[in-house]
Amino acid sequence: MPRIYEVLRKKILAPRIKEMDVYVPQIAKSAKPGQFVIVIPDEKGERTPLTLVDWNRDEGWVRLVFLEVGVSTMKLGMKEPGSTLYYVAGPLGNPTHVEKFGTVVVIGGGVAIAAAYPIARAFKEVSNHVISVIGARSANLLIYEELMRSVSDELHITTDDGSKGMKGFTSDALVALLNKGLKPNLVWMVGPAPMMKACSEVTKKYRIKAIASLNPIMVCGMGMCGACRVKVGGKIRFTCYEGPEFDANEVDWDELIFRLKMYQKEELEALKLFLSKYGLGGDTHA
Amino acid sequence: MPKIKPRVPLPKRPPEERIKDFNEVALGYDEKLAIEEASRCLQCPNKPCVKGCPVGVDIPRFIKLIRERRFEEAYKVIKDKCPIPAITGRVCPQERQCEKYCTLAKLGQPIAIGALERFVADWAREHGIAVEHAPKTSVGKKVAVVGSGPAGIVVAADLARLGYEVTMFEALHVPGGVLVYGIPEYRLPKKIVYDEINYLRELGVNIEIGVSVGRTITVYDLLDEYDAVFVGTGAGHPRFLNVPGENLNYIYTANEFLTRINLMRAYLFPEYDTPIHRGKRVAVIGGGNTAMDAARSALRLGAEEVHVLYRRTRAEMPARKEEIENAEEEGVKFVFLVQPKGFIGNDLGNVSEIMLKKMRLGEPDASGRPRPIPTGETITFQADMVINAIGFYPNPLIPQTTPEIKTDKKGRIIVDSEGRTSMPRVYAGGDIVIGEGTVIEAMGWGRKAALAIHKDLTINKKI
Ligand SMILES: Cc1cc2nc3c(=O)[nH]c(=O)nc-3n(C[C@H](O)[C@H](O)[C@H](O)COP(=O)(O)OP(=O)(O)OC[C@H]3O[C@@H](n4cnc5c(N)ncnc54)[C@H](O)[C@@H]3O)c2cc1C
Ligand SMILES: Cc1cc2nc3c(=O)[nH]c(=O)nc-3n(C[C@H](O)[C@H](O)[C@H](O)COP(=O)(O)OP(=O)(O)OC[C@H]3O[C@@H](n4cnc5c(N)ncnc54)[C@H](O)[C@@H]3O)c2cc1C
Ligand code: SF4
Ligand code: SF4
Ligand code: FES
Repeated sequence: MPRIYEVLRKKILAPRIKEMDVYVPQIAKSAKPGQFVIVIPDEKGERTPLTLVDWNRDEGWVRLVFLEVGVSTMKLGMKEPGSTLYYVAGPLGNPTHVEKFGTVVVIGGGVAIAAAYPIARAFKEVSNHVISVIGARSANLLIYEELMRSVSDELHITTDDGSKGMKGFTSDALVALLNKGLKPNLVWMVGPAPMMKACSEVTKKYRIKAIASLNPIMVCGMGMCGACRVKVGGKIRFTCYEGPEFDANEVDWDELIFRLKMYQKEELEALKLFLSKYGLGGDTHA
Repeated sequence: MPKIKPRVPLPKRPPEERIKDFNEVALGYDEKLAIEEASRCLQCPNKPCVKGCPVGVDIPRFIKLIRERRFEEAYKVIKDKCPIPAITGRVCPQERQCEKYCTLAKLGQPIAIGALERFVADWAREHGIAVEHAPKTSVGKKVAVVGSGPAGIVVAADLARLGYEVTMFEALHVPGGVLVYGIPEYRLPKKIVYDEINYLRELGVNIEIGVSVGRTITVYDLLDEYDAVFVGTGAGHPRFLNVPGENLNYIYTANEFLTRINLMRAYLFPEYDTPIHRGKRVAVIGGGNTAMDAARSALRLGAEEVHVLYRRTRAEMPARKEEIENAEEEGVKFVFLVQPKGFIGNDLGNVSEIMLKKMRLGEPDASGRPRPIPTGETITFQADMVINAIGFYPNPLIPQTTPEIKTDKKGRIIVDSEGRTSMPRVYAGGDIVIGEGTVIEAMGWGRKAALAIHKDLTINKKI
């Protein structure tokens, strides 16, 4: 029997992108698509939100996929199978509203393609026509391609440098689809805030219902601190317990983008200190 | 009537020293000072002080025992009614509770009941005194306690002592509620809270952290497995001013600011991973204890100036007098009769200025305090960090996910006089029921609910 919070498996999907299965039966038991967990790597660690990418109720594990961008995600990346995390809480947030809409475009950018996977799967399971658009900076950073293909009726790929699929951003692929006459009933998106902003400019222009899964900075994850607040339709909303999904056409993206940069100075300082102690963890070549 | 001696002052660290760190400000009485203060007590036969204490500590009795140097017995007397005296002795608003009713309050200075309670609790801890709990015979019933703040702590302790199998669920990674994430280390060292939580574990309470009831598991699930459920999820949901610019960077809610510092130890960044902004000119909005805690914490993070902006005047400030004095001694400044109208930011989205409406006092409002009325005049105030400490709503997660539990207009769970909610086998108490209360009020509710649960489950076997 694994111990609670034990890392069962770890896989490197792309440079600095890792997939990790963690034993937390109470979360696996109630997890639904669109929800997330808060992980603390060690006793001095930060409360780090990560999306639930997959789970197994019988075996009691949940799957996380993360990009190593700073100290918390690097600490997490250094955890080996057999070791335990300090804390995992969840599932948090409201599950994605899944029903048969008709044609649904699912957009995932960067590491968040993994977060789009359970959503595309859920939309597919209730017989939507699922068109997935996934994008990465470069071909070697593109993850979950085969998994996304397996749950989509159509799969479109973009890379910023053109090394795979269409050269450009996911929003460019969305425009191309719409120009060809596609009339989706829903566009669902997850990824870096600037990507979601670009996609929502398109959906706004074409008057398409659009949902975005937001990723603001969080602390508590339970409606107590307000760190995750965003402005949607002019109102303050808490992403952790009222979200994480909101009407993409109503989100104040510029404010979210500013708020994500709030600790840039401190993050850089911490990262430098961390790297001087531990180096890059040795798997950059992967 | 004998001449009344003045109250023995509680030794404190000097302001210039204490604002450099987060260590405790008040040092507490030693044996000599405690006995001296205890000797002032008149041992009033009608015990007026006791009626000011929400859990009914036998105050004259424990004070008499201090006078006789029987500290261990004094400890047992307090502990009989109050499970966490090292905490209540430090944070109870005594001037509005026990000390308010002390006979000496009318004649001069009331007995320092809180300071004496704290002395006894600290003495007991230093001398390794544990209160033996009656060997429990299991009643064969299981109770789930949701939330590990003072209300939950008391329900869990009382029921465990009565022989119930108790499991406590806490969403955060450390149990204790506001005691660990809200009240700063310099007023309440966290070590003391951990000791009290360990006492719960010794009583056999099983504590499950990282469980958000409503998400990880629902109240319905709990009712399948447990005979009763107690909801003590507090009033930790921050309010906003609803004015333009409120989401600018470095405008914190007091909860976020204090949680980063207390729970996440951001003041030790980068040794700890959670960052916090260190503002130079800080504005704190509000006039309660939370505002004082935020202002004094900001000073300790190295702010050059901290200003508390309050919409009424000093006389109406809801904060404890002692905390206002402490803040002032440390250099916190106050600006009265102002109310934010909006926030202005720079091109990085960081707050730089607050627009303030000037106010004047009008007729009393529902709270009995004069209502602040805008004068029509607006001023601006420079600040590179703002902490919003205007108050809280009840935590919405359980009501949101359990419609059978009825709430009032303000989102507070409605209970009968003994803590029963509208949903059978579900009880509630503390801030989720009263809105923003105090530690000892939450404990008082916890005690009531524990008794109701015991009555319903075992004595009357109603359930
Ligand atoms: C609901 C939600 C789901 C998420 N799911 C995933 C996921 O599945 N995979 C993944 O790789 N990332 C995900 N993220 C983002 C992830 O939480 C951050 O990348 C991580 O916290 C960064 O921490 P760090 O210490 O490694 O980097 P830092 O050095 O702290 O920060 C690097 C960047 O991450 C952002 N960030 C920092 N702290 C937080 C925080 N507490 N919450 C959110 N963002 C933060 C900052 O804007 C900064 O730009 C999710 C975020 C949210 C809110
Ligand atoms: C900054 C600050 C300073 C204060 N200073 C004082 C003071 O000096 N003296 C005083 O007497 N009072 C003070 N108070 C008030 C006092 O702390 C509260 O009245 C008291 O803590 C309420 O206790 P409680 O048990 O009802 O709830 P809380 O202490 O709020 O505890 C509730 C707990 O429930 C958890 N929870 C919430 N929802 C869920 C869920 N769905 N599932 C699982 N867990 C959940 C929360 O994480 C929290 O740990 C202060 C409050 C604040 C915010
Ligand atoms: S618990 Fe609080 S109110 Fe009661 S006697 Fe102690 S300090 Fe006073
Ligand atoms: S009222 Fe004051 S003086 Fe009288 S018994 Fe209580 S503490 Fe002592
Ligand atoms: S993260 Fe604390 S309220 Fe959402």
